[in-house]
Formats: sequence, structure tokens, C-alpha cells
Amino acid sequence: MRTAFINQLVQEAKTNESIFLIVGDLGYNVVEPFQQLFPDRFLNIGIDEQNMVGVASGLAQNGYNVYIYSIANFPTLRCMEQIRYDVAYHNANVKIVSVGAGYAYGSLGASHHATEEMGMLRTIPNMVVCSPSDPFEASAITTISANYDGPMYLRLGKAGEKNVHEQDVILTIGDFCQYAESSTQNVLFVTGSIMDYAVNWVRNNHIDTAIYSVPFVKPMNQKQLLSIVRKHNHVIVLEEHQMSCGLGSALIEQVSDLYSLGEIDIMPTIRRIAIKDEFISVSGSQAYLRCKSGLVLSKNLFSDK
Amino acid sequence: MDSKELAKRVRISSVEMVHRANASHIGGSLSIADILAVLYADVLNVFPQDTKNDSRDRCLLSKGHACVSFYAVLAHSGFFPVMSLEEYGKDGSQFLCHTSHHITGVEISAGSLGHGLPIGCGIAYGAKIQKKEYRTYVIVGDGEMNEGSNWEAILFASHHRLDNLCLIIDYNKIQSFGKTNDVLLIEPLKDKFNAFNWHVIEVNGHNHQSLLFAFKEAKETKGLPSVVIANTIKGKGVSYMENELLWHYRSPNDELFKQAIEELSK
Repeated sequence: MRTAFINQLVQEAKTNESIFLIVGDLGYNVVEPFQQLFPDRFLNIGIDEQNMVGVASGLAQNGYNVYIYSIANFPTLRCMEQIRYDVAYHNANVKIVSVGAGYAYGSLGASHHATEEMGMLRTIPNMVVCSPSDPFEASAITTISANYDGPMYLRLGKAGEKNVHEQDVILTIGDFCQYAESSTQNVLFVTGSIMDYAVNWVRNNHIDTAIYSVPFVKPMNQKQLLSIVRKHNHVIVLEEHQMSCGLGSALIEQVSDLYSLGEIDIMPTIRRIAIKDEFISVSGSQAYLRCKSGLVLSKNLFSDK
Repeated sequence: MDSKELAKRVRISSVEMVHRANASHIGGSLSIADILAVLYADVLNVFPQDTKNDSRDRCLLSKGHACVSFYAVLAHSGFFPVMSLEEYGKDGSQFLCHTSHHITGVEISAGSLGHGLPIGCGIAYGAKIQKKEYRTYVIVGDGEMNEGSNWEAILFASHHRLDNLCLIIDYNKIQSFGKTNDVLLIEPLKDKFNAFNWHVIEVNGHNHQSLLFAFKEAKETKGLPSVVIANTIKGKGVSYMENELLWHYRSPNDELFKQAIEELSK
């Protein structure tokens, strides 16, 4: 996913001279194509994330669309107040890119598990929160970010994620991305690279369910959401993030609002498959840690088994 | 208006604003009044009628709690009517009790400490790579030097040879809950900046001539960022406020307000 991002960013930067990339001493064997083509718009700022965000905000005042790039919690939690104040409050044209969503850096331990940051970022005004599910979506979101003037968070996987979609996807901010439709009440919402697991599991277990990828955790296209939950009142949400404040929570909030406003007649059931309120302190691959933390689908989740 | 007159007006307006709004932070506002007056009267290339002019010098007040002096210097320099200062701290007013970028002439909002210098570094770095001539000034408090983000930015500024950046430390020796060097030792401050490859200028932060020379020296210094360590007095100009921690918090009552205005009007 990070390769899709950097390749697309390079393409955008060829015609968009405002794009500037700052890395926090990370990005080895990833960002070099950008660095080589646009040395005047590239900076390895060092291991100083608070300063990185401030500098990005200052550079944005000079007319740049500034991307800051690092891994896991470093460009997010480590400098959250700078993001809130220097970037979001000033509505600065800064894009925060974090590689290694969820347990992508599994065996590196809790310091490298990005499992809370999406929830924190979605509470910040002016912030668009993106969480692509495959390289096609990452690429589409990169294009959107290059043309969007304002704060945005790009929650990327790592490397080698399979494409879930068969071809390029066309997205606008807030869109849900339909993967499968169903005449049943079931709908499965998934965000992030765990989408690949989800669609394969559904296929292998012959489950009849609609499936939507959620590339934008904030904002969400309300009309589209309304249309989906009018057709499907049995909702399952899968995400590689803490249950608290993640995608599932966001959907509960918004669906509840739709119900309260009388937009839907029945409040759907919403089952969240997310990380419980605990840390994982054992070594393991991403797949292992997903299982260990309960990020697994089972047939009994679905209403029409 | 010369810098002396400007400083006088800034101090009087600042005390009026704090008194009217029953607000805090007058001590650290009075300590930077002379710095701001010299900057806005004699140093900064700014355009009160064209505030977004790209060639303007950028002045960032990072110690945003000292905003009354900043609002006052902008008003008395013609950025907006002095009468607007009466809105300070009122319900619905954009004159927040910390610096707000929604006010004409204010580059960044500030309130949480340790933000202004990294942003200033970004602005100055951008100016360098875009080959723009304007300079960036950042005013921080001495207590603010506790913040790690500043030391990250201090490394950044010298590494990138930001000689278009001038940091001003309002060294009034008192921070929020004690004397600066009792709370967390920042001395030897001059040596620290020298070791970080900055050009260091130490001045009496209330002597306008010294400040003017310091800013001139900073501008003429090439290849290094400059820091002006301005030795100041918290509450400067109002006898009962000078060097008193209490006036980080308290707003003068009517009697003390009258006394302050009398002293500042002399």
C-alpha cells in the first residue's frame, strides 16, 4: 500500500508543484523515487515528530501541500497536539501519512501497533480520516489528497497487501466502496487491509452478505449510508483498531443519528469486530495478532447463515 | 510613532484589556512590550493595509498568553482600530485570551507552548527554498524553553542554517508556578545556544537601542539562526507587578488599575 501511495504521489507531484514530502527519518526503500525526482520538495527532517508537524504547518503557509510520512504512532500519537493545533485548528494544508496500520508491524511490539490513532484523529475538527483497504484505494486516496486543501490523515498498510478490487477505483471524499451486494439483511463494513481477509472468508464460507469497504472513516457520505442501512439492518463491522472510537463506533453514532431523526424505521443491529480494550504483548505476525485479538469472522455473526 | 511611545501605548492598552476582561497574564505581557514596540516601530517589514503581502516579515508570538501586548501593538501600528481592543475576552469575540490567527496581522494562534518555533522554522525554511527575502521572528517565553519541541526546532534551525530566523526569548525569570531556573534549570542558556550552533545575542529587553542593535546584528548574521536572549522584568512598568509571580494570574482591581495607568502614563 505504501508503494501505491508513493508511486501515485510521484505522479501527482509531476504536475502539482505544491506537493512537498517530509519524512521522519523513515521510508527507506520506499520514498526514494520521490526524493530523486523532486529533491527540492523532499526533506528527511530527522526523528523529531513534534517539530515535523510544526514545520509542515509553517511550510503550508508558503503554499505547499505538505505530506508528513512516518510509521505507526510516530506521526500521529507522538505529535497529536501539534496535529490538533498547528494543523487542524489552522486548517493547514498538511497530509499525515502513517504506514503500518493496526498490527502491520506485528512482532515489533505495542510501540509499533497503530491501534488507537484513527479514533483520536476522527475526533479532531477539519480532519479527513482515510483508511484504504487495498493499493487501488490507497492510490485513489493519494490523488484526492493531492487535490484537497486541508488536513487529512492517510492510514496506510505496509507492503505487499493484495488488491481486493479488480481495477482502479474512483472515489470522492466520504464514499463507501461497494464490493458485493446482497438481497439479505447482511452488510459487512470493513476498513483497512483486513478487507482482504474479510472478502476471502466470506467467499470461502459462502456467506450471502453485502460488503462495503470504508475508505473514509470521516466524513461519511450520509446519503449512501442511509441507502445501505435501509436495505440491510444487520450490520457487521470489521476493523484493525481499538473497538472504542473506531469505524464501528463511528457507524453506530451515525446510524443511531439517522434512526433518531426518523430516516430509518428500524435501528439496525451493529456487531463490531475490533480490538478489545487491551494491549498485545507477545510477538507475532500480523495474521497471528489479528487472530489473537479476536479479529475473526464467524458464521454466527450473520443473520442468514 | 517611535518605539518608546508605542511601548507606552501597548502597556496602557494591555492593562486596560486585562482589567476590563478580568483576565490573567499581564506580567508576561508587560515584559515583552518593549520587544514588540521595537519590532513593529523599527524592524519588521509589515504592511498594516496589506497584511497578507507575501513579502512581509512574519512575527509569531509563541507565548500566546501574552496576547494583550500583541493585539495592542498591532492596533497601535494600524492593523485594526484601537477601539477593537475593547472586544478582548468578551463572549463571541475573536480577541481570545490567547493569540488568535483570526485577528488581522496575527500569523498563528498560540496558547499551548512550544508550537511557535517549529512553525516559524517551517516558514523560514519555506522562504529559503523559495528564495524569498522576508524574515521570521518568533517570541517565546523562558518557561517555554522547558518544552522539548523547541529543542527539536533549535536543532532543525541550525542544521538548515536558517539565518532568516530570529528567536527572541523573553527571559523574565518567572514562569507559571515559580522562578524559571528553580522549576527547571535552563541555564547556561547562552552556552546551550552556542553549542547548538546558533548566533547568540544577549540584551536588556527593555532597552530599545540595545534591542534595535540586536535585531540588526541578527539580520546581518549569515549562515546561522540568531537568538536574542532578552533579559526582561515580568510586569515591567507597574511597580507592584514587577517580578511578582502573582501577576501571572491576577487582574488588577479598580484601585490598582488606576495606579497602574498613572505609573504607565508618566
